Amino acid sequence: MTEVLLAVSGVAALTGGVLVFTLDSMARVTFALLGSLVCVGGVVALLGLPYLGVVIVLMMVMEMLIMAVFMVAYMMNPAGLMPMSMLHNKRGAAAVSGGVFLALVAGIALAPWPDRAGAPPRDSTVQVGAELMRGQMLTMVTLGFVLLATMVSATVLATRRGRYDRFGDDLDRPAHDPVSGGVGR
Amino acid sequence: MTFPLLLVLAAGLFSTGLYGALSQQSIVMIMMGIELMIGGVVVAAACFWRFLAPAAGAGQVVIVTAVVAMAVEMALGFAVTTALFRARRVDTTDDAGELRG
Repeated sequence: MTEVLLAVSGVAALTGGVLVFTLDSMARVTFALLGSLVCVGGVVALLGLPYLGVVIVLMMVMEMLIMAVFMVAYMMNPAGLMPMSMLHNKRGAAAVSGGVFLALVAGIALAPWPDRAGAPPRDSTVQVGAELMRGQMLTMVTLGFVLLATMVSATVLATRRGRYDRFGDDLDRPAHDPVSGGVGR
Repeated sequence: MTFPLLLVLAAGLFSTGLYGALSQQSIVMIMMGIELMIGGVVVAAACFWRFLAPAAGAGQVVIVTAVVAMAVEMALGFAVTTALFRARRVDTTDDAGELRG
């Protein structure tokens, strides 16, 4: 049963991935990617990691909905009504990715995989929690700082005019705002 | 038999994403390609944990790290796209060649 489900979600994940780069409409592309990554979460859950699988599914649903909004905002051809090519260097990209795929498959076939070491834990969620709070605490702390830095830098990058734009490098210049208004102005 | 097939699935996801990241012009589509590549990494990590070392919790931490990488890539990618679009009205990589060596 698990194997059938694994096969189904694996094939669906791959199909969705291929559809991402073959469909015309950007909305369809986004939902193809969503389907593909939800199937990845399903594969992870079926492999005995239900917690991480559910986290991946929930995260991907949110990410792809945000992605759909950005798609409509920035894409050249959001609705796919005008068939147009948005590709460059198609042949080179196909050669490189085909070569990488063949190399990976050769590695999978030829590598001397070791036997399974150890038994699976009774509860894999307890295992990941204990690992993150014990042996891999440094990883967890680093990931936290990375996320904090991401929040700060994404906000700084996406801000139209920050206070240094308005008040100068030393924050001592009067602001010349194009449109006045707002709190305290 | 499941183990090599799942690794082939991971390799397929990774290569599909690589093709997209290399061939697409739109910055948002390139980010989609990178998401697919990290999805392949997640499948491979889950597969290694399950079939090679289920007793090692560090294998699960690899997946956590890959998922965080996905979130960071997405957030910063959209921030850079927003900054670039605001400054130059550009949404394709071919038009954003200021740093070309």
